[in-house]
Amino acid sequence: MLRYILKRFGLAAVTLFLLSVIVFALSQMLPGNVARSVLGQFATQEAIDSLNHQIGADRSAVVQYLDYMRGFVQGDLGLSLASQTPVWSILQPALANSLKLAALAFVIVVPLSILGGIVAGLRSGTSGDRTITIFGLSMSAMPEFVTGILLILVFVIWLGWLPVTAQWNEGAGPLTQVRHLLLPSLCLALVLFGYIARITRAGVIEAADADYTRTAYLKGLPTHTVIRRHVLRNALLPTIAVVATQTSYLVGGLLIVEGLFNYQGIGLQVYLSAQQKDFTVLTSAVLVLGLVVLVVTLIADIVYGLLNPRVRFGSTA
Amino acid sequence: MSSVVGPDAGAPPAAAATTISETQAARTERLRLLLRTPTVLVGLFALLFWITFAILGDRITPYDPIFDQTTDVLASPSGAHWFGTDNLGRDVLSRVLAGSRDILLVAPAATLLGTVLGTVLGLVIGYFRGMVDDVFSRVIDAVLVLPVILTGVVVITALGSRSTVIVTILIGIVFAPLVARTVRAAVLAEGELDYVQAARLRGEKAPYVMFKEILPNVMPPIVVEFTVRLGYAIFAVAGLTFIGLGIQPPSPDWAVQVFEYYSFIDPFWWTTLFPALAIASLVIAVNLVADGLREVYER
Repeated sequence: MLRYILKRFGLAAVTLFLLSVIVFALSQMLPGNVARSVLGQFATQEAIDSLNHQIGADRSAVVQYLDYMRGFVQGDLGLSLASQTPVWSILQPALANSLKLAALAFVIVVPLSILGGIVAGLRSGTSGDRTITIFGLSMSAMPEFVTGILLILVFVIWLGWLPVTAQWNEGAGPLTQVRHLLLPSLCLALVLFGYIARITRAGVIEAADADYTRTAYLKGLPTHTVIRRHVLRNALLPTIAVVATQTSYLVGGLLIVEGLFNYQGIGLQVYLSAQQKDFTVLTSAVLVLGLVVLVVTLIADIVYGLLNPRVRFGSTA
Repeated sequence: MSSVVGPDAGAPPAAAATTISETQAARTERLRLLLRTPTVLVGLFALLFWITFAILGDRITPYDPIFDQTTDVLASPSGAHWFGTDNLGRDVLSRVLAGSRDILLVAPAATLLGTVLGTVLGLVIGYFRGMVDDVFSRVIDAVLVLPVILTGVVVITALGSRSTVIVTILIGIVFAPLVARTVRAAVLAEGELDYVQAARLRGEKAPYVMFKEILPNVMPPIVVEFTVRLGYAIFAVAGLTFIGLGIQPPSPDWAVQVFEYYSFIDPFWWTTLFPALAIASLVIAVNLVADGLREVYER
């Protein structure tokens, strides 16, 4: 088990290193240089040189990368090019807001998609199964703003039940916050539904076909006991790992949904930084989001290992 | 699925004739099954509908989607304008009908690029395994940590210019590792089979074994992967367009319309509802076909 955890840690560290190199390389890909794109094409050469020197862009790429990563590890992400305030003070509240939105999306999607997957799996081949499968498949490729627009039209404009912006007024209670976050988190949840339901369905079908399930039936256990104890317990194991792999998808959705509902989260911040060409905020935001995805995946891998006796006892380290 | 095309696709010429006709028979059988699935038919019909309008475009729409601007701005749906008019007095129905062209160029082109690159990559890492596999798999993992749209924002901002060509290449490159992962898994399974060993022992060069022996046998998962990716390409292009980085106005592209009209949604709902429904219909159509293909290939 320890070997399994160490191996996961090692893999995550390698992936994080590669990711940081890729993101850094992307930020270096600018035609011309950072100062030129910040100051505009009519800036004098002296102004550009001095800004380049000030932000350290006149040093070699390797030195800049090492310097940046040292700051990143110490929690110092530098100053925003646009506002000259510390990057972390911009990202931190945005991350906290996005976390609320993402958490609500998971709270909605996990029970619903697992239930959908179980129903589809237990009735595989029926029209109910096909409906759930095709609905999930279509929703997982449906752009969030399309579901967002349709939900806004129905629940905000026609029925008038929910507010159109996700941003609540200062000092609003938790219930009001949830009311504001309901539509955006539903948009995110619908995209994730299909994949989680599909994996659950596959797990249920496999477990229902397995020898141990047949044995359980043959020794006379009632159907609901067999399903609960033998089918679901085995079927839900892969689902746990899969839920975490959707974090990356969720992060992509934040970019769209926070824009649509005007919510001050990390997605909106990425969008604004891109518009202002604020590369220090943009690269840090991307790297922080990458780190979040990696950590969630790592935790899921470890939890999966702890729950799965085959991994726990080291037969598949 | 390998039982359909068979491990003996690389058998000596004497047996080749029967193998080819068997392959053809299997292909016709699959096609027949596909066309008998109602969901696939619905999907194909919707796709054909949008492809027709993508090709004929403003030649068959009731009004010109870009240039016919009336003084009747933001008019609600009526006999003259079934879907109403937009803020410049343009006919929303004509714009929705003409709006499939760009997405139906960019998304399939990006998917094709990603599938070709990913297939080559998957064949190479699945065939050589070992070090090559380890190194590439790590790089693929790193690329996959970031969602397409986030990578898109960074790359397009860094490049400083917006065009459909950039979006196409970008999505193609990001999709390549995803396709490569599927192809790699299929190639790893094939690598164990006798025909690959036989070709190796015959002294065939690696490219020959990969492209002439293995590739024909891993085509079914690649075809399925292509259709599934196509759905995600539409998802990615539309998402990037919605935040202003993809297809640009004055194109009557659906995501461009939603982006432009979103501020009028209340009370001028028709400006955003119809383009949004159009995207939904295309996404569902692609998925109906993709699901049908998977069912048929995996049976």
